Amino acid sequence: MNNKLTTALQLGLINCHDCRQLVPVQQTKTRPNCPRCGARLHQRKPDSLTRTWALVLTAMILIIPANLLPITVTTTLGTKQADTILSGVIYFMQTGSWEIAAVIFIASIFVPFAKLCILIFLLLTVRFRSQWRPRDRTSLYRLTELVGRWSMVDIYVVTILVALVKLGAIADIEAGPAAVYFAAVVVTTMFAANSFDPRLIWDVLEEEV
Amino acid sequence: MSRKPAQHPVLSSSPSPDNREPSRQQNDGVVTSETDRLIACHDCDLLHHLPDNRTTTLLCARCGAVLRRRKPATVERSLAWITAALILFILSNSFPFLAIQSSGLVQETILLSGIHELWKQGLHGLSVLVLLTCVLVPLVQMLGLLYILTPLQFGRTPAPYAGSLYRFIQELAPWGMMEVFMVGILVALVKLGHLATIIPGISVFSFAALIFVMAAAFASLDPVLLWDHLDLRR
Repeated sequence: MNNKLTTALQLGLINCHDCRQLVPVQQTKTRPNCPRCGARLHQRKPDSLTRTWALVLTAMILIIPANLLPITVTTTLGTKQADTILSGVIYFMQTGSWEIAAVIFIASIFVPFAKLCILIFLLLTVRFRSQWRPRDRTSLYRLTELVGRWSMVDIYVVTILVALVKLGAIADIEAGPAAVYFAAVVVTTMFAANSFDPRLIWDVLEEEV
Repeated sequence: MSRKPAQHPVLSSSPSPDNREPSRQQNDGVVTSETDRLIACHDCDLLHHLPDNRTTTLLCARCGAVLRRRKPATVERSLAWITAALILFILSNSFPFLAIQSSGLVQETILLSGIHELWKQGLHGLSVLVLLTCVLVPLVQMLGLLYILTPLQFGRTPAPYAGSLYRFIQELAPWGMMEVFMVGILVALVKLGHLATIIPGISVFSFAALIFVMAAAFASLDPVLLWDHLDLRR
């Protein structure tokens, strides 16, 4: 098994991102698309680090208003109450529905922040050519890809509440400005995870040999 | 699809017995038809030989990613699940979703009215996002797969643009968020439990079933086998 550590890159092959067909690099000079599925071929995702950094920084800016501004404005019998994501979590903790508090805390606060931290960590380790535990870092990447979409829970809760609670003077819920910022955070971090190329983690190892 | 056993390591230059494309020739010491027996890890780029036996899950030796998982009767099963999913989807969108009852007032909503309500409040981007992730993306996925799989089921040639469409469906996959929406429903239910009586409609149940049916449909799809059918070169 001496060819165990041969990568597609070393053999001059490109792995099609969409259909996993292996295509020789030379062939792409005349035709840049995959012969099997027609997808555009790249050895690595183009400008992966730059794009991911840009999206991560955007998300970092957006996450500030997402957490500081109210996500829902509830009117109950004439009194208005604006809730941020965190105040919603605290409210549920105090009223005893700790399960809801946990779901919202994990989906809306923990996951977005953890995702940004992991992406920054991956970007930095690739940038500084770290060889530290590539397998674990790849698992971290897979985790961010998998878990990112679940942050949308809060947006859906707001949607349902807004649609459902239309009881005129008794109770009325409106979506606050943070909802837009928060949705933008989820979307940009999903794009950020998508533009990061985990193969960059491994490329350093081959160059050393 | 029948594969002959791969006898040679990566750098072998012997011509392949099932050389489907004679025009593709030797290249950097790799005969390109040999590349049909190789698979590269999408997460770490390591090359692997495809095993001969067909019922295996192949994991990357270096990073542990799933390289390939064989699915039995993939076309038939996915088609069955997709048909079931479409029926449930129609149910979910035509019956009332939740009803809220508070001091004599009853308010009913269907799935789309929440999106409409967001739009009316001026949150256009948000309403489009919810519409896309919970209605349009799943619908496009279902109709698209139906369009791709039906000709294959009856042994016909793939429908026009089936390859491009399948590529589009694969790209869309992370943006279909019905299961996330379901969790949102559960959270909203508990949240409103203090405020008023909530009556779940037919839609909620069909929607819950839809999530599992859609998951089963995607789990029974074998992209590798499908790509062999949809090959643009044929």
